[in-house]
Amino acid sequence: MSTADLECVDLTKQFGNFTAVDDVSFTVPAGSFFSILGPSGCGKTTIMRMIAGFLEPTSGDILIRGRSVLDVAPNKRPVNMVFQHLALFPMMNIEGNIGYGLRRRGLAKPEIARKVDEALERIGLPGIGKRKVDELSGGQKQRVAIARCMVMEPEVLLLDEPLGALDLKLREHMKIELKTLQAAFDTTFIYITHDQSEALVMSDQIAVMNEGRFEQVGTGRELYYRPETAFVAGFVGEANRWRGRVTRAEAGELQLATEAGLTFAGTDHGRGLAVGDQAEIFVRPEAIRIAHAEGDVAHLENRMTGRVTSLLFNGAASRAMLRPETGGDEIEVTLPQSGEFADLGRDDTVHIGWEGAQANAFSAGGS
Amino acid sequence: MQAGAKLGFILLISPLVLWLGLLIVIPHVDMFLVSIRERIGVGQYQTSFANYMAFFGEPLYIITFIRTAMMSILATVITLLIGFPVAFYIAKIAKGRLQSALFLLCLVPFWVSELVRTFGWMILLRETGLISKFLQWSGLADQPVEMLYNDVAIMIGLVYTSMLFMVVPLITTMESLDDSVIEAGYDLGGNGASVLREIIIPHAMPGIVSGSIVVFMLSLGNYLTPTMLGGKDSLWFTELIYSQFIVRFNWELGAAFGFMLLFLSSVIVWGTLKLTGQTLKSTMG
Amino acid sequence: MIPSIHQPRPIRIAYRAYVVLFFLYLALPLAVVSVFAFNDSQFPSLPWEGFTWAWFFGSERPMIGVFHERPILRALGNSGFIAVFVSLLSVVVGTTNAFLFNRYDFRLKGLFYVLMLLPLVIPGIVLGISILVFSSTVANAVWDSANVEIEALRPGITLVILGQFSFITTIVTLVIAARLQKFDRTLEEAALNLGADRLTAVRTVTIPYLAPALIGGFVVAFLMSFENFNTTLMLVGSDAPLTIAMFDRLKEGSTPLLNAVSLLLMIGSSLLALVMILFQRKS
Repeated sequence: MSTADLECVDLTKQFGNFTAVDDVSFTVPAGSFFSILGPSGCGKTTIMRMIAGFLEPTSGDILIRGRSVLDVAPNKRPVNMVFQHLALFPMMNIEGNIGYGLRRRGLAKPEIARKVDEALERIGLPGIGKRKVDELSGGQKQRVAIARCMVMEPEVLLLDEPLGALDLKLREHMKIELKTLQAAFDTTFIYITHDQSEALVMSDQIAVMNEGRFEQVGTGRELYYRPETAFVAGFVGEANRWRGRVTRAEAGELQLATEAGLTFAGTDHGRGLAVGDQAEIFVRPEAIRIAHAEGDVAHLENRMTGRVTSLLFNGAASRAMLRPETGGDEIEVTLPQSGEFADLGRDDTVHIGWEGAQANAFSAGGS
Repeated sequence: MQAGAKLGFILLISPLVLWLGLLIVIPHVDMFLVSIRERIGVGQYQTSFANYMAFFGEPLYIITFIRTAMMSILATVITLLIGFPVAFYIAKIAKGRLQSALFLLCLVPFWVSELVRTFGWMILLRETGLISKFLQWSGLADQPVEMLYNDVAIMIGLVYTSMLFMVVPLITTMESLDDSVIEAGYDLGGNGASVLREIIIPHAMPGIVSGSIVVFMLSLGNYLTPTMLGGKDSLWFTELIYSQFIVRFNWELGAAFGFMLLFLSSVIVWGTLKLTGQTLKSTMG
Repeated sequence: MIPSIHQPRPIRIAYRAYVVLFFLYLALPLAVVSVFAFNDSQFPSLPWEGFTWAWFFGSERPMIGVFHERPILRALGNSGFIAVFVSLLSVVVGTTNAFLFNRYDFRLKGLFYVLMLLPLVIPGIVLGISILVFSSTVANAVWDSANVEIEALRPGITLVILGQFSFITTIVTLVIAARLQKFDRTLEEAALNLGADRLTAVRTVTIPYLAPALIGGFVVAFLMSFENFNTTLMLVGSDAPLTIAMFDRLKEGSTPLLNAVSLLLMIGSSLLALVMILFQRKS
């Protein structure tokens, strides 16, 4: 295996007493799409600005292709950045923008013109070189901002929530397009976002970040099905959550009693919860079976009967909110797409159930 | 509603028309008419360009005219060069409280009458003034040094008096430049000089142009600073106008001088706008 | 460059030193003027003869202070009178102008807008003489035809007010128009929707929104009028405002009395500017 394109070692950044990035280490293999996902203020922008060279780490090291870049000024680093609001130069036309970095390298004019044309071709916008920045649509600006970096043939391309300013429809479209562009340019992308669907759709690897630390690094699939911390379980995907106490623990199979008095079977995926521990339990709405007849859910370890309090129609992702007969919080359940529950109405009584293996329990600290 | 809108329009446009008509347009037309009449007897006039001929026939007038223009352009350039780094510091480097404090500090001197500012420079520069005393005390000079009544003193005064009108538009335009645009310039391999040349200056252009126009106008039309700091022989064109009007009571020639000054300022302002591709509306409005 | 672009330490220090020097340059003349207002001497220059309040409160020759110097006090009164008038007039006309350009589309709008900006690029002294020439033409014509002398059209306070108003209005218009531009017109529509008529909507919604700009415009106009020199010089009659009166004195030679007046002016305008800033911050 070749050396990684980007490696961060024990990276820490403090602003006064506040630790924005707390001892973060990660490695990004060449040619991959790596996302950092986290809520705003979690420190992801700080990491990105340290990689680009606009912030100096308090401690730790950043290596690109195996060489430390800490002493390299931002204008000499082999990384380029697509800024949050793109930062296209309004005082230049599109050609001027894409050719800017090449001019800095002192390339000959005809060569710059050739490379700019190639890049415009590549992003599917040939012939717009003479236009002004504000004559382009949001999606076109996006592509120009990427082209402006890609002509520099950087070893790593940083993208700082570049889709944030686009409307929903365009954002969905650009997700696919970004992934295609990444494959076409065959460059390592580091992408930061607070939008989980952007990260899940595009990335080879995702790091979930919270309060300056990486909670978990893995593929989208791993984060979704095997969250390692309560934060990841709650942040990636939807989940019903309960707090409770472990009443029995046998080889990872747990029995839990919630504060509202419900009893659940669950699992801790080897996190070693013991009897008496406080736990947080997460169950995804789509992991819950719903049935008209009680017998249809009889084989599941956790079962409940509930009354429908509201229906949230959203096409393929339609859900029902149920209030359990036994009391406690409302439970969110995804409705199957078979049409079987198309006529479900408010106040209908239904039966639900889920496997113990689908109830993910995390230590909530203390006891 | 239609009639109401029409009435409202008439009520709103009347003050504008009265103001511009009675105080700007007609007075200038009248001044032009006065400048092209020649007194041929008591209370008798004829139309002629004699006053303009008088201007072009007298080298002293022409020299004063050209000198005033050149000095004003020089003052504008110096003000821009001194003010630009300060404006950049306030707009992009200072943050928060420091930024607002520095901005206010820039404004304060200019809420004070130009007369007071000029007076301050007189106290500093004259033979018995502070700088002369300081030079003697420090041994750099062995007798009183007169620093008033020369072109350098005029230049110091003009630059000082105009500084605000350069710095404020520069700060305003540069504040609107997003930091990330400058960072993008560096990220793509630019250095200080190229970012300044290709990004910051083009972005600040409207501010540079409007600041320069105002500073140039203020210098060209200044009377106080050249008279007080430059003395009797400062050869400033406004002094000629003043003396024709108030001292010699030759309004015809004075009006012609006024028109030459207006012509000069219009040509230079128009030329600057054309050269930089700006419009009066974009830089002033 | 900006803080996120790391610069070598010497460059940063040099840059900061330059900015400090700049502010020293700005402060120096004003500081000097202020300090010598307290010099116990006939001249505002070294040597320092000791501290005195006499240039403010003195009532005996040779040190008559500002508060006992009648001509100066009268000139101050003239300046105040002129400034209040100019400010009121220019705020009113500035407001109507701002509404006109913001709300109406009419033929020659562009031309009118450029005309409106023009006073900014006409040298003040030319503005002064053109108004002087025109008012004399009118006054002479009236005298010739009706044998009536219109005193207001001869150099004096009225002409000074008109002359200052002619260019200060442009600046006030720009100040008010800038704020009106930011006004969300749906607020006015909401007022109409709630039963106000058009004029009431403007009076109860738009004007309060404009208030900071109206007050800001007034203060700016007041200060500009107070310190105007060039235009005033050409139009002044026997009732000279303060700047002209001080100029005449300065030509004869200066005493620390002028420093004292200057210091009071600085304090006055700083207070005024401060009030404006506080008011604008509050709203």
